[in-house]
Amino acid sequence: MNNILTQIGIENYIFLCVTLFCIGIFGVLYRRNAIIVFMSIEIMLNAVNLLFVAFSTYHQDAQGQVFVFFSMAVAAAEVAVGLAILVSIFRNIGSISIDNLKNLKG
Amino acid sequence: MAMDTNLALVLLLTPFLGFLINVFFGKSLGKSVSGIVGTLSVVISFIVTVSFFLQINQTKQAITIQLFDWIQISNFNVSFGFLLDQLSVLWLLFVTGIGSLIHLYSISYMHDDEKIHSFFAYLNLFIFFMITLVVGSNLLVMFIGWEGVGLCSYLLIGFWYKNQDYNDAAKKAFIMNRIGDLGLLIGIFILGGLFSTLDFASLQTAIAGAHNVDTLWLSIAALALFIGACGKSAQIPLYTWLPDAMAGPTPVSALIHAATMVTAGIFMVSRMHFLFDLTPEIQTIIAVIGGVTSFVAATIGLVQNDIKKVLAYSTVSQLGLMFLALGFGAYEVAIFHVITHAFFKACLFLGSGSVIHGLHGEQDMRKMGGLKKAMPITFWTMLISSLAISGVPLFSGFFSKDEILMTAFHHNIPLWVVGSIASIMTAFYMFRLMFLTFFNDFRGTEEQKHHLHESPALITFPLIVLAILATIGGAISLPGNSWLNEYLAPLFTKAASEEHGLGTTEYILMAIAVVGGLVGIGIAYAKYIKQNTVPNEDAEITGFSKVLYNKYYVDEIYDSLFVAPVNSLSKFFRDYVETGISSLVFGLGKVTNELSFQGKKLQNGSVGLYLFAFVLGMCAIVSFLFLAQ
Amino acid sequence: MNVSLILIILLFGALVTYLAGDKLASKVALFFGLAAAGCSIVLLNHFNLGENISYISQWITSPKVSFALKADGLSLAMVLLTTVLTSIIILSSFGNDFKNSKAIYSLILFMSFAMTGTFLASDGLLYYIFWELSLIPIYFIALIWGNGDAEERKKAVVKFFIYTLAGSLFMLVAFVYMYQKAGSFLIEDLYKLDLTVNEQKWIFTAFFLAYAIKIPLIPFHTWQANVYQKAPTLGTMLLSGIMLKMGLYSLIRWQLPLTPLAAKEYMYIFIGVGIAGVIYGSIVALRQKDLKKLLAYSSLAHVGLIAAGTYALNLDGFRGAVLQMIAHGFVVVGLFFAAEIIYRRYETRIISEMGGIRSQSPKFTSMFLILVLASVALPTTFNFIGEFTVLYSLSQINIWFALLGGTTIILGAYYMLKMFQHVMLGETNTKVFAYVTFSEGLTMIIIIAVLFFFGLYPKPINDLITPSLEAILNTINKYN
Repeated sequence: MNNILTQIGIENYIFLCVTLFCIGIFGVLYRRNAIIVFMSIEIMLNAVNLLFVAFSTYHQDAQGQVFVFFSMAVAAAEVAVGLAILVSIFRNIGSISIDNLKNLKG
Repeated sequence: MAMDTNLALVLLLTPFLGFLINVFFGKSLGKSVSGIVGTLSVVISFIVTVSFFLQINQTKQAITIQLFDWIQISNFNVSFGFLLDQLSVLWLLFVTGIGSLIHLYSISYMHDDEKIHSFFAYLNLFIFFMITLVVGSNLLVMFIGWEGVGLCSYLLIGFWYKNQDYNDAAKKAFIMNRIGDLGLLIGIFILGGLFSTLDFASLQTAIAGAHNVDTLWLSIAALALFIGACGKSAQIPLYTWLPDAMAGPTPVSALIHAATMVTAGIFMVSRMHFLFDLTPEIQTIIAVIGGVTSFVAATIGLVQNDIKKVLAYSTVSQLGLMFLALGFGAYEVAIFHVITHAFFKACLFLGSGSVIHGLHGEQDMRKMGGLKKAMPITFWTMLISSLAISGVPLFSGFFSKDEILMTAFHHNIPLWVVGSIASIMTAFYMFRLMFLTFFNDFRGTEEQKHHLHESPALITFPLIVLAILATIGGAISLPGNSWLNEYLAPLFTKAASEEHGLGTTEYILMAIAVVGGLVGIGIAYAKYIKQNTVPNEDAEITGFSKVLYNKYYVDEIYDSLFVAPVNSLSKFFRDYVETGISSLVFGLGKVTNELSFQGKKLQNGSVGLYLFAFVLGMCAIVSFLFLAQ
Repeated sequence: MNVSLILIILLFGALVTYLAGDKLASKVALFFGLAAAGCSIVLLNHFNLGENISYISQWITSPKVSFALKADGLSLAMVLLTTVLTSIIILSSFGNDFKNSKAIYSLILFMSFAMTGTFLASDGLLYYIFWELSLIPIYFIALIWGNGDAEERKKAVVKFFIYTLAGSLFMLVAFVYMYQKAGSFLIEDLYKLDLTVNEQKWIFTAFFLAYAIKIPLIPFHTWQANVYQKAPTLGTMLLSGIMLKMGLYSLIRWQLPLTPLAAKEYMYIFIGVGIAGVIYGSIVALRQKDLKKLLAYSSLAHVGLIAAGTYALNLDGFRGAVLQMIAHGFVVVGLFFAAEIIYRRYETRIISEMGGIRSQSPKFTSMFLILVLASVALPTTFNFIGEFTVLYSLSQINIWFALLGGTTIILGAYYMLKMFQHVMLGETNTKVFAYVTFSEGLTMIIIIAVLFFFGLYPKPINDLITPSLEAILNTINKYN
């Protein structure tokens, strides 16, 4: 098992994860389309998941991988609910640009 | 003992019963019956008092009666208890005696008033409280009576309650009395705290045995008690209510504001003599205040034109003389004057009532005159009383006033001078009153002149009785052979030292006093009979007379010093401070509101902004975690 | 006998009253009020026989809260006051025609329930719950059945609600803190706590905020006059007669024994606050135009004196304070009721629009005068006993306190007699003053009888409260 880590090295995993995460952040901040924002959030989530797995291997501890399963399950549920909301919003106002979603204004 | 208890309860509760009957059934009983009930209840008390008096005069033993516990304080209990000794029985005698006469008088005097039953109810209640005041065996039971008579005085001054001026006078009397009452209470607190008892008998032993007590506290207590006495007995600086109290019906002025209630201060000081004896500096204050009051009131009395106001200031002045005597520790002398004063002043007030009655409510002496023929009994009785108050020899006032002045002379010459001058002025203004009212020609309207008549027997009978008493009353304490001093001897241990033989000095003093009185009468005669002067109309009074006529503007000064500031303070508090505090509280709410209003703007609904804030927050947390390590 | 029975009667009564419908509500409520009063008298009997009247059962396990009620003399006196006054208040409102009367009478009983609970609770959190619970009914009573402009009223009542609620939260914090230390909310455990002076000072302040707002002491009183004026008279009576006694009772029961060191350190300041309230309240009362507002400020003055007596931290102060609480409860209910009697006839509360009632109704005038005199503490009325004892206790600490506090007898006489003069005396009023009805007369006579009876013979109450006050004093003096 260890040979993958010895071949590539833990730092590279971390760099990848951070890069992915930052891409996610920029996506969230920059894009106006709710679905793309959503996808960006998924990227961030998966970046963390990857990190979990990498460290789990590094520490020889299966707990991290167990946690990833949980987080994937939660993410799946979240996607299901989130997309359903988006579909419903689209049906109502005919757009999913977050600039148009101002109903939460206090 | 049981017998005594029952009798004492009869003494106390009959007037109260009379009060209850008049309150609840007075209207249905009819005017005369209600008056008779009121009078009888006091007469019964009088009879019981006489029996007590005879008993005590014989046995010389004080009777104490304890009923039940009233107030529990951590270091002592106060119970309802009565003390019938020489002092209280003496007071009871003239309270119930003169009280009965005045009740009798009122039946006729108040007959046309539709609320006569409540009048008698209040009078009965007054007698009840006055008895409580006098017979209470401790300071607090006395305080019940003390406040109770103040209440009755309030009710009776404002008896004609439709007139708000009268109500103002009543209110003023009550409040000024309460200032004194606060003093009395403070005195009670100090004594209770120091000696753990309020009972007169125990206090006397405790104070006599108290050597380790700071005398400063005793002095403060004595001063506080004296302030109480000032309020009730109308001494400077709390005297201004008494002249105003003349708003009440005349029998009230006679009973409450001349003969009985206003002497409560003297009673209390005599009761607490063991305290005052130990505080000479307070005694000096009492003597000085008494002397000054006597003088100041007499000067005001010189120029008053309302017949009752003259008598009111005369009362204040006479009370001042009594305090003058008290200040020298001559309690029995003061008490002697209390008694004689009760006779002649009650007679004078009732006589003035008779005059007012005859003139259908006229009280201004400038509109009287020449009443001698129409009202002979009133005239003669009032003349006798005026002679008595002026100190003409052989009338009662001569003996009592002379003793006061003599005592003053032996202790303090300046105060003797002040008292003597006050006496001369008394003689002057009393005869001014007599001459203006009864001599020369009638100055009222034709209508009034037509109706002039002597008052009915119910009114003249009390006058005659009182005039007789005012004549012979001096017999109870003749110089050199004083029954009164002997009677009171068990109470006042120092009494013996106050007795002076009748030497040359005394005769000279007596002569000075008599001559002074005659001079006063003579001046009045010269001015109002010979020259037939009539006092000026209000507007024409000028110079110092104007100051006197306006009572040295003391009322105005008090108004601007105390009443007005309190009222404007009240207005200031109400309009500014209240709103100020209130807006502080509201301000707190407003700040919260404003903050949330500003915070609300962040919630602008733009998901982009939320996301941005979310990322920013996350970065902040992450960097904080790193930095914290 | 189970002490919670009295609470059950009141709560059940509230329910039954609501179900009884508008017509019967007042009578049913009176019945349950009287039943509760009767029950408290039975309790009193049991207590006098030496029984230990308490009830405790586990309620919440974590945090450990128990449903603990305990009645000592002090609590019983207050419970008696609450139940008797509740009955009197219900009786007094027979002449009113309320909309939806089943709701208001039900709320009265509910409020009485909460207040009784406050007086009986011996568990801190339970006490706190009852304390807050009593706020809800009075909020609705004042808001829905009050008078005057609806907007103004809402403003005043909401202010009152939030203000007192906010104050109470500090108390909750103090309780939670003590719970952390003691592991229990039970009063016995809290009494045993050994807190440092510093902790005590914080807790003292927290309690003080809660109570000062409730009582109210200056300068936390600004809600009072407005709410008293705007609430229906019945609500005003509940507030002034009973509810403010909750605060005063709590000073004695909770604040002082829990924080004795702080109390001793601060006592002069807070006696000062109380006395300042006496003078300030009296002076403000002088120039009030509205009768109910005037009575509100007079109440402010009187509770100031009671609070001063409480902070005197001696037996006389405590005893006088409790006696005065009871006396004041009766007299203030009587006075507000008198204002209501006038309002029913003249439809005004402005003093200058009254006057000349005496010649129209001498009987009512006499009763009113007696209440006025009781309020200015004339001897032989109950109030005198209380005021005398309190002033005596203050004089033993410092004579100046007695002197300044004693100004109440002068200023009190001034504003009360001034009010009496302008309300009752003067030329006959042109408006008709209808006869005092049976229920009105009865209410007044009961109150007057109570005032005179205990004014002449206060021993029963004295004997009832003294042992428990001594016990509390012992707790306060435990560090000596």
